[in-house]
Amino acid sequence: MSERVPLVDYLVLTGTPHLTAHECTACGARYFDRRNACAACEADVFRVVDVPTEGELRAFTIVSYAAPGIPVPFVAGVVDCGGTSVRANVVNVPADPEHVRVGMKLRLTTVPLGADAAGTEAVGFGFEPAG
Amino acid sequence: MAENVWILGIHMTKFGKHPDLDTVDLGAQAARGALGDAGLHMRDVGVLAAGNLMRAAASFGQQLQKQIGQTGIPVFNVANACATGATALRVAIMAIRAGEADVGLAVGVEKLSGAGLLAGGTTKEQGDTWSPQGRFGAVAPLDGRIGTETMPGVFAQIGMEYGHKYGGADFELFARISEKNHAHSTLNPLASYQKRFTLEQIMNDVMVAYPNTRPMCSANCDGGAAAVVVSESKLRTLSLEQQRRAVKISASVLTSDPWQEACQVLPDVNTLTRAAANQAYEQAGVGPDDLDLVELHDCFATAELVHYDNLRLCPPGGAVDFFNSGATWRDGTTPVNVSGGLESKGHPVSATGIANIWEIATHLRGEAGDRQIEGARVGLAHVIGLGSACGVHILEKAAA
Ligand SMILES: [Zn+2]
Repeated sequence: MSERVPLVDYLVLTGTPHLTAHECTACGARYFDRRNACAACEADVFRVVDVPTEGELRAFTIVSYAAPGIPVPFVAGVVDCGGTSVRANVVNVPADPEHVRVGMKLRLTTVPLGADAAGTEAVGFGFEPAG
Repeated sequence: MAENVWILGIHMTKFGKHPDLDTVDLGAQAARGALGDAGLHMRDVGVLAAGNLMRAAASFGQQLQKQIGQTGIPVFNVANACATGATALRVAIMAIRAGEADVGLAVGVEKLSGAGLLAGGTTKEQGDTWSPQGRFGAVAPLDGRIGTETMPGVFAQIGMEYGHKYGGADFELFARISEKNHAHSTLNPLASYQKRFTLEQIMNDVMVAYPNTRPMCSANCDGGAAAVVVSESKLRTLSLEQQRRAVKISASVLTSDPWQEACQVLPDVNTLTRAAANQAYEQAGVGPDDLDLVELHDCFATAELVHYDNLRLCPPGGAVDFFNSGATWRDGTTPVNVSGGLESKGHPVSATGIANIWEIATHLRGEAGDRQIEGARVGLAHVIGLGSACGVHILEKAAA
């Protein structure tokens, strides 16, 4: 099997795929990117924590005009994963307002993004309806 | 106690396509229009604040001086996303309040005709090999792969979130907000589009980012706006006619977004707008019920709804009922965006924050022609730029 790389460094592909966040040890604020200091409390010590893989759709839109190479229409949204808000696409669901609704239960899944010249496959993530 | 600051002169160019005018031409037209309206000249001005985003590194203010008058005064070139114009005005006001100048000129201008979607930040080229870059260690552009960074999509989610939280906001409701603003625009000769749309036309138009169709998005266009502001003591040295037409700046507030959970996942346009509105009402000593008209930042129809609530025009959670009551139509209790708003008047980004002030000032002066809100005495202008920055100004008619 060829090598795989995650789309972003906060997506963990080993074991059960999941997201991680940098959590401020002083106040608990969570960030997906690296931080110089906490925007909420100015502390500068962070630990890496796992983000729950199941959540609830908090807001969404169905995007019809996007950057080149992005298939449209697609569903973009914000998922509340046990109190941590995650930006993601909603996948494996028809991209229409009859099938997507705020409050629906979702779970994390991975999305293949293709291989580069060296045969390395990039893997992204999205959230799909959970049952 | 710093003294009051007044708008002495203000001007807005026609918004729309200006293929024969460059950025500096439009800025010059706006600035000279405002100076003429004020009855002053560049040699009277002590500070210039200039806003332009598309050429933000080009010292637009100095380029402008070379076309309208180089007098050696300090120039502040400002850039603050869609709040750039309001920020320029705020800088001029601060200089006067600080006693550093008694006359200030603020200019905002943008050339955006033909520009595509206003997208977000993290786009990068895709190379031959996946290599992690940036703060997220991303191997490919994230816009479209991890949610959306396009403005229509971001503001769509903001409206949908409000709609879910309080209920009653569906596609049709957002389209009705757009229907109102387009109807208002038919009375505004300076608007980019002065075309009334039926609800069906709006809902059946091209879907950009559900629930925002094309007429529910702000219109890219060219335009400029400028204001001459003066200290109260300067105003009292001027003619009675100048004093009569002067408009009092009762509040001038600029905020950025304080940290909130999720604010870096989906921009939180609510918290900083509420903060700006609260500060502005406090400064001006007026409340939402005192407002005769409001120009708010309807960059998308979905945004207008949440700002009814953020500006406290309605009780918390009550924006849908407020709109459905007809309050925000021009014959309602709190007319909102009688100019046509960004959806039809247009949104030449850096000009917007001064153009909204021009609209309010023109009504307070009783000079708004066919779209005059009769007897208008107090008005509020609001803009927001993602990132974020929020400007709120409250204006009052001069005492008779
Ligand atoms: Zn913290």
